[in-house]
Amino acid sequence: MSDNTYNDIFSAFRGDEGDLIAILLRIQEKFGYISEDAVKHTAQFLRLSENQIYGVASFYSKFRFTEPGTTSIKVCMGTACHVHGGKFLADAVSWKLGVSIGQVTGDRRFDFQRVNCLGCCALAPVVKINDRVHARMMVTGLEEILSRRE
Amino acid sequence: MTRRQVARDKWDSLKESRVPVIHIGTATCGTAAGALDVLESVRRTLSENRLEATLVQVGCIGPCYLEPLMDITMPGSPRVSYANVTPQMARSIIERYLIKGDPSLELAVGHFGSNGNGDFDGLPKFFEMPMLKPQVRVVLRNCGFIDPEDIDHYLANDGYVGLAGALEKRPEDVIAEVKEAGLRGRGGAGFPTYRKWEICRSVPGTTKYMICNCSEGDPGAFMNRSLIESDPHCVLEGLLIAAYAIGANHGYVYINADYALAIARLKKAASQMKEYGLLGENILDSAFGFDVTIKEGAGAFVCGEETALIGSIEGKRGMPRSRPPFPAIAGLRGEPTIINNVETLGALPNILRNGAAWYRQFGVQGNYGTKTFSLVGKVRRPGLIEVPLGIKLRQIIFEIGGGSQKRFKAVQTGGPSGGCLSEEYLDIPVEYESMTAAGSIMGSGGMIVMDEETCAVDLALYFLHFTQNESCGKCSPCRVGTHHMVDILEKIVRGQGQMDDLSKLQVLAETVARASLCGLGQTAPNPVLTTLRHFRSEYLQHVKEKYCPAAACKELVEYDIDPVKCNGCHRCVSVCPTAAITGAKSELHKIDIYLCIKCKACYEICRFDPLAADAIVFRSRRSVS
Repeated sequence: MSDNTYNDIFSAFRGDEGDLIAILLRIQEKFGYISEDAVKHTAQFLRLSENQIYGVASFYSKFRFTEPGTTSIKVCMGTACHVHGGKFLADAVSWKLGVSIGQVTGDRRFDFQRVNCLGCCALAPVVKINDRVHARMMVTGLEEILSRRE
Repeated sequence: MTRRQVARDKWDSLKESRVPVIHIGTATCGTAAGALDVLESVRRTLSENRLEATLVQVGCIGPCYLEPLMDITMPGSPRVSYANVTPQMARSIIERYLIKGDPSLELAVGHFGSNGNGDFDGLPKFFEMPMLKPQVRVVLRNCGFIDPEDIDHYLANDGYVGLAGALEKRPEDVIAEVKEAGLRGRGGAGFPTYRKWEICRSVPGTTKYMICNCSEGDPGAFMNRSLIESDPHCVLEGLLIAAYAIGANHGYVYINADYALAIARLKKAASQMKEYGLLGENILDSAFGFDVTIKEGAGAFVCGEETALIGSIEGKRGMPRSRPPFPAIAGLRGEPTIINNVETLGALPNILRNGAAWYRQFGVQGNYGTKTFSLVGKVRRPGLIEVPLGIKLRQIIFEIGGGSQKRFKAVQTGGPSGGCLSEEYLDIPVEYESMTAAGSIMGSGGMIVMDEETCAVDLALYFLHFTQNESCGKCSPCRVGTHHMVDILEKIVRGQGQMDDLSKLQVLAETVARASLCGLGQTAPNPVLTTLRHFRSEYLQHVKEKYCPAAACKELVEYDIDPVKCNGCHRCVSVCPTAAITGAKSELHKIDIYLCIKCKACYEICRFDPLAADAIVFRSRRSVS
């Protein structure tokens, strides 16, 4: 990635240490993850060490350090989803795609994540596929959606 | 003409609109339920039929189980609310009501008219519905009514009147008013708000900070997000009042980055405030100046803790530090800092506008005012509610929530830091002290109802998993202790628990609670301690009989086919991913329990496919070791 893309992001900030999390969020929005290259550039901009950047970034669950797959599958693991059987949905995705939570399929087409709560607890259990929230999801329904995308 | 007068005129013209007004709730919950598709369908229906109408996107009015909600106000008629609207339904209601004048009452759930309104015979008033009747709306008063992106809607509804009143008083008198109102921290701890403020106010120094805590990391809690999405100005007005009281000129809203809509609405609200002279120097012609920065968090539950939150704002790992000094004395960048929860701030404009005595009419001695809860789980009518403190848990779960479909078992309040209360505690009042005495906490407002199909041990494990994951790792009681507790609980749910595991678990839980550095670790054992106390027999069944009465622990459950019911429809055979089910069509099917991975697909299809016969069951069998 060219330096210019980073400079576009950095230009909105003054370069204080307090900007770090916001900068990382913007980088992840743009590239989908925090690459080694991004850590290097951010370190230069904020005049911090790369270790410091990585130390902060790895603390927060939002940041990821590998390239995401094309289709994002987020199974909600909030309490309401849990009591409505959300773990069956997570197991179904694992079984169907052969990946565990946090992994990307070998062909990079599916990206399987868990989220702590999507905040639509009344619709539990929910699964978010790309930008769409699927409400009151069932194992069979989820498998069908995944088959259609395969 | 003043800005408020302009705003009121704008609001009145909407109220007395000559064209129909259509309200659609498009907060996160509504959107997830499909509100944007409904909105699109409404737009298309209006334009295809060349109908003139005003569309207003509002926030969340509370009853999530009715989402998406669409309300129509015809000129001269009260607003009528339609629930669980699909795009097709929206089209048909608009065509029938706007063109033919038929309000489609069979699809409506309530109206917002006055009593004795004969227009809609048989249709209840919206706020008279069982879910809403016992509620009191103070903090949520505007939610679902105003356009959250229009400051004029807020101004027209007495917005910033509380701030104007506060600025006419001395800061000390504002603090006194809040003391008189008896407001306590709504983040869950219940510390008197005024006392925190007093400490900060009395610390010398010119730089002080006021922070709004919208970290809201509890899974199953969405009160704060919903309030900001539906009425951002109410929280920002509260922030300004608090800042004035403590003498701060700069403030932050710390908000979870996943709350995209809430962040967008906060930013929009702040820019409108600047335009209206409500941020910057000399606010409302007073000597008070204030500006606000929206700071995004990046998903760490521990950042709800005050010192961790400060670390996160400073761009560091969000790890708590030992106190004292408390942030009120030395907080952000070493300066005196007050951190208040979203809901605490949301109550302030109401207190300052109507006075402490007015606020004290809600609630009971020592626990004045209202509290919002997200009532979810195994309950018929889930949603966001606001109730006066002192209300009974039973009233919340059964009157407002409509109880659970299967037999009620327990309620978890306070999220991962809270506890699980069994049926015999349902008649305790919802007050900070009584909830703590029962072993749980008031918490920030997550309230999850469980029925007989929820396993108490599995739920304790669920919360422990969460806190173990979210433990920041700084102190070993929390980092190591929660890990060991998870290990023991996992053994128990797999049916490998021994009797001494229970005593180990108890000792470990008490140690972690006592020795951890911050609130996360100190409260993490609560779900275990309360389930051990109220559901001990369930633990014993798991350990002694390898039996899960709720049939929720996968390892202790077996799938089976009821030979009387099975009609051989072959549906389960087709969905089984491991070919564990066999049998010819129209003949009895069989499950090979060694091939079965217990994925539940066959159970679902057997329940929900019209051809199937509810023959597949799963149950836990007792096997005494």
